[in-house]
Amino acid sequence: MRRAGRTSPSARSLALVRVAMPALFLAGVAGFLVLGILGLALARHAGGRPVVYGASAALSAILCLVAAYDLIAAVGPSHELVLPLGLPWIGAHFRIDALSAAFLVVVNLGAGAASLFGLGDGRHEEAPERVLPFYPLFLAGMNLVVLAADAFTFLFAWELMSLASWALVLAHHRAAGNVRAGYVYLMMAGFGTLMLVLAFGLLAGHAGTYEFGMMRVSAPGALVAGAVLGLALLGAGSKAGLVPLHVWLPLAHPAAPSHVSALMSGVMTKVAVYGFVRIVFDLLGPPDWWWSMVVLALGGITAVLGVLYALMQHDLKRLLAYHTVENIGIIFAGLGLALAFKANAMPAAAALALTGALFHVLNHMLFKSLLFFGSGAVLSATGERDMERLGGLIGAMPLTAFAFLAGSLAISALPPLNGFVSEWLIFQAILLSPALPQWGLKLMVPAIGAMLALSAALAAACFVKAFGVTFLGRGRSGAAGRAREADRFSLAAMLALVGLCVLCGILPGFVIDALAPVAQPLVGGHMPAQAGIQWLSIVPVEESRSSYNGLLVFLFIAVAAWLSAVAVHRWASRAVRRGPAWDCGFPDASPATEYTAGSFAQPIRRVFGTLVFRARESVDMPAPGDMRPARFEVQLRDLIWELVYVPISDAVGAIATRLNFVQFLTIQRYLALVFVSLVGLLVALAVAP
Amino acid sequence: MTWDVAVNLAIQGGQMLVVLLLAPLLTGFVRKVKARLLRRQGPPVLQPYRDLLRLLRKEVVLADSASWVFRVAPYLIFAATWVAAALVPTFGLGLTFSWSADLIVIAGLLGSARFFLALAGLDVGTSFGGIGSSREVMIASLAEPALIIVVFTLALIAGSTQLSTIAGVMESGAVGLRVSLLLALVALIIVAIAENGRIPVDNPATHLELTMVHEAMVLEYSGRHLALIELAAFLKLLLYVSVIACVFAPWGLARPDAAPAALGIGLGAYVGKLAVAGFLLALFETSIAKMRVFRVPVFLGAALMLALLGTLLMFVTRVR
Amino acid sequence: MAAPNLQLDIAHMLAGGLVLASFLLLYQNRIFALLKVFALHSLLLSVAVAWQADIQGAPHLYITAGIAVVLKVLIIPGALYQMVKRLGIHREVETVVGIGPTMLAGMGLVALSIVLMLRVTETADTLAREDLAFALAVILLGLLTMVTRRNAISQVIAFMSIENGLILAATGARGMPLVVEISVAFSVLVALIVIGIFLFRIRERFDTVDMQALDRFSGERT
Repeated sequence: MRRAGRTSPSARSLALVRVAMPALFLAGVAGFLVLGILGLALARHAGGRPVVYGASAALSAILCLVAAYDLIAAVGPSHELVLPLGLPWIGAHFRIDALSAAFLVVVNLGAGAASLFGLGDGRHEEAPERVLPFYPLFLAGMNLVVLAADAFTFLFAWELMSLASWALVLAHHRAAGNVRAGYVYLMMAGFGTLMLVLAFGLLAGHAGTYEFGMMRVSAPGALVAGAVLGLALLGAGSKAGLVPLHVWLPLAHPAAPSHVSALMSGVMTKVAVYGFVRIVFDLLGPPDWWWSMVVLALGGITAVLGVLYALMQHDLKRLLAYHTVENIGIIFAGLGLALAFKANAMPAAAALALTGALFHVLNHMLFKSLLFFGSGAVLSATGERDMERLGGLIGAMPLTAFAFLAGSLAISALPPLNGFVSEWLIFQAILLSPALPQWGLKLMVPAIGAMLALSAALAAACFVKAFGVTFLGRGRSGAAGRAREADRFSLAAMLALVGLCVLCGILPGFVIDALAPVAQPLVGGHMPAQAGIQWLSIVPVEESRSSYNGLLVFLFIAVAAWLSAVAVHRWASRAVRRGPAWDCGFPDASPATEYTAGSFAQPIRRVFGTLVFRARESVDMPAPGDMRPARFEVQLRDLIWELVYVPISDAVGAIATRLNFVQFLTIQRYLALVFVSLVGLLVALAVAP
Repeated sequence: MTWDVAVNLAIQGGQMLVVLLLAPLLTGFVRKVKARLLRRQGPPVLQPYRDLLRLLRKEVVLADSASWVFRVAPYLIFAATWVAAALVPTFGLGLTFSWSADLIVIAGLLGSARFFLALAGLDVGTSFGGIGSSREVMIASLAEPALIIVVFTLALIAGSTQLSTIAGVMESGAVGLRVSLLLALVALIIVAIAENGRIPVDNPATHLELTMVHEAMVLEYSGRHLALIELAAFLKLLLYVSVIACVFAPWGLARPDAAPAALGIGLGAYVGKLAVAGFLLALFETSIAKMRVFRVPVFLGAALMLALLGTLLMFVTRVR
Repeated sequence: MAAPNLQLDIAHMLAGGLVLASFLLLYQNRIFALLKVFALHSLLLSVAVAWQADIQGAPHLYITAGIAVVLKVLIIPGALYQMVKRLGIHREVETVVGIGPTMLAGMGLVALSIVLMLRVTETADTLAREDLAFALAVILLGLLTMVTRRNAISQVIAFMSIENGLILAATGARGMPLVVEISVAFSVLVALIVIGIFLFRIRERFDTVDMQALDRFSGERT
């Protein structure tokens, strides 16, 4: 309906659009770069913040609309634009197909909202000169990654994105722990890029072509393809936050200013997903079925571990960062399913799984940005990120609380909001998997389904905790009592995202239809068109199998709640009396007796913690008559850090100690060293076939 | 044409009223049977209705620290539970709006209701509310995946996640006896017991006991708010019984365009099923002791495992 | 899906029920409840065997079923019940690993046995294959129960559940000579007596039936 209603552009104007599209976006990127310079110049100026953030918001909004037009009008792959930049004999290639367009929508929507939030919340920034120059640079980097159509440009943009975000992580470098966060992030980003360099090197093969177009047509051997998959998982996975490569993420994301945290969690991880999809679904050719086992296993483990880690946190922003890990797991599980179906030539099922995963990319960007904005507003209002010192903020910040509540509902995958729809689609894809012929997949997919269901339920528990402890109850410290409502720009950014969360939740058919041209070239099929279905339901496979109507469910709940409220108030009582809390007759308990984040998570910690975290509780109870306070301590161990990273860092340390003597050689010996290695390389070149 | 639509809408509306009216009766019946099994007289079967009416007429006493979440939550909890209960086939298949939500959505709606209930428990800022909420989400974090996996099993058997399609397939007798079904049934019963806070997971009749879960969350509620929450709890029990009945005992369900007589038979069969289920529940509850809270995860973990086992068997043996 | 064959379906269901009962054994950690579950396990087995006797038309299987009912449903659990009572054994069974991981491992074992059986016997009839898979699962779960329990009584019960699994496999495979069954039954009885005596001796000597306590004494012989 909708698509037919648009004026279908004639072939000639469509061709023009295809030519103009990359140039348009490159102009946008150039605009961001100019803004970066402007930010540098105006950093200490009072007008710097409105100019940089306002212009970024406007530019992102325009780019988002253009990308959305490209996607919805199904413009098709654009012409390749080659600029004489970068390596002299290659140049820089840019191209926009449906996949890039979809991610450009995600990137620029998130960027627009973050800029809007920054416009208001940025006034609390203590060191604007450390944020303003890098912020537009970060946006430019993320856009460029998605635009790039050759390996060199892609890697360059990837590094630009990494370094700009690294600089933003270190904006508050004097705060405790932030320098370490920046260090770990830099290490992991370098590692990730190295893996991607190797992946592209293998993809380029003997021909040595770095253009994506050439890579797409050359089919690498099975061994090489498997290696590329592994490298892409390591490279893109480390940026996205796949377990066990996630360690930098909960350190770095919370350290940055709040709107940058939102960008890093909501958008940059999605750019990493884009990198993975681009390499594995687009460039690598037909997949082997066992690839999907690897991706599925990583996705499932990431989802469950991410949410369990999140449950143990009491720092609001770190909790959100761990949730990003969980959602990346869900997305990768969807991608793994899509790979499994693609490898077995089941395009319809593969399209369902891929659409579910991409829909979740959009949804996660929406609600994670929203939640980070909420936490940022709380941080600005109270100066606290520690939930144990917050509480009762709903009174002072009603709109922020409302927005955070909506985001919590959405991320907990509860109907009728958007998080539910994408998880529902992935579940529907899981139910198609008994038709897969491989035994391993048959046994694995239901287990992955169980893990996703578990992670969804735990996410709901976690957000009851996050919202309940932060906004409900009574304030636990003076800071919580002094809070004020956020400014209007911040509120506008949050409420706009709430609106989008609700819209995507109750009208998912339009998003699914918009994603159809993305799935088509990647898996050779797309989901059935949803626009013409009665009552705007979505029907992923066929009507007798399953259908969902978010709009009706939303309306039913709204009407039922309204009816019951009206009936009760009309015919029963409407009297209200305020009084002290009953609390089983305990008189005037202080806020110190409230449930805290730690005590709220205690039952779940008892259930899962002993296995996953080796949780130990110790109680130090003084003898009767002893006046010192009793102490209760919980010890959690991060097994991934201890088992993976500590050995590596120990090994590096040991090697460095061994090679320490190299530091104290004479000049002559250094020269000899250089000379010997040069000769060695030349010999290798001479001997090599 | 319009007549058909009107009839269908009337049936859907009738279903909404039936579940709303029968829910307190089921709870009253279970209480009565339990009392009789303990050789007590017990309150009359209609007592829950009286309680609800009495609560509705009373004024609400709000804690000073309660926010709007506390006041809105009862309506949302009730609405979500009611919508979910109205979408489960009770006396007839093919309800007008049954396609708007499948079994996964129904599980999700119950999740939404629980989300608000747990928030309401935290809202006043007392320790009892917190204890109830934190335990509720712990129980739910295991029960909900078990439920979803039971849904997977049923969906694999019937080729659909739509509850009325599943019930239709089960009723047609084409399925036969499957071990997966047995496992799914056991898992679903465990989930139902846990989700409704019945013995051995929680005791719906107790107060002032440190092991309580549901009652601790609603401790601060009074008046009409409490009435709505109680009604939602009754509806939830009815919903789970209806789901189990329509999947595992689909006999007597009226077909989509059935004559009024068939609808009557369906309704009679439904009431009969409720009575049997209520009796069995009461019998089970009187013959078993409540568990310690930290034994509940093991109990629910068993349900999760059984459900997963059932799904695994389906995955393996489905393709012949 | 083909039209269901009720006879085979019921056989299948009973075999599946036996797997479920094995999981109950694995889950239960109270001794008296364990005994009851074992009685249920054996009862299911005897019904399954009797059903096989009916559909296979093999009357000697009725005898097997009868033996199972008399011995394993009534006598052995009853005897063990008395024994536990008289010994005053601690009524919670100590487990080596938590129940959660044990159940997970049990799941893995069932999956393993299904895949294994379906792969090995590709030519056989579907339901017979599944029955064999279930029997293997019962045996493996019994072994797992033995491994994860410290208490001697629960190990005995687990051992006898393995026995049940073997009988299930044998009846499913059409025709195990009656002699073998009787001897098996007697051997179980003998084992019971021997174990009973042992338990008394162990108890007298070490004041516990916890296997870990016995381990500490195993060095004394030299």
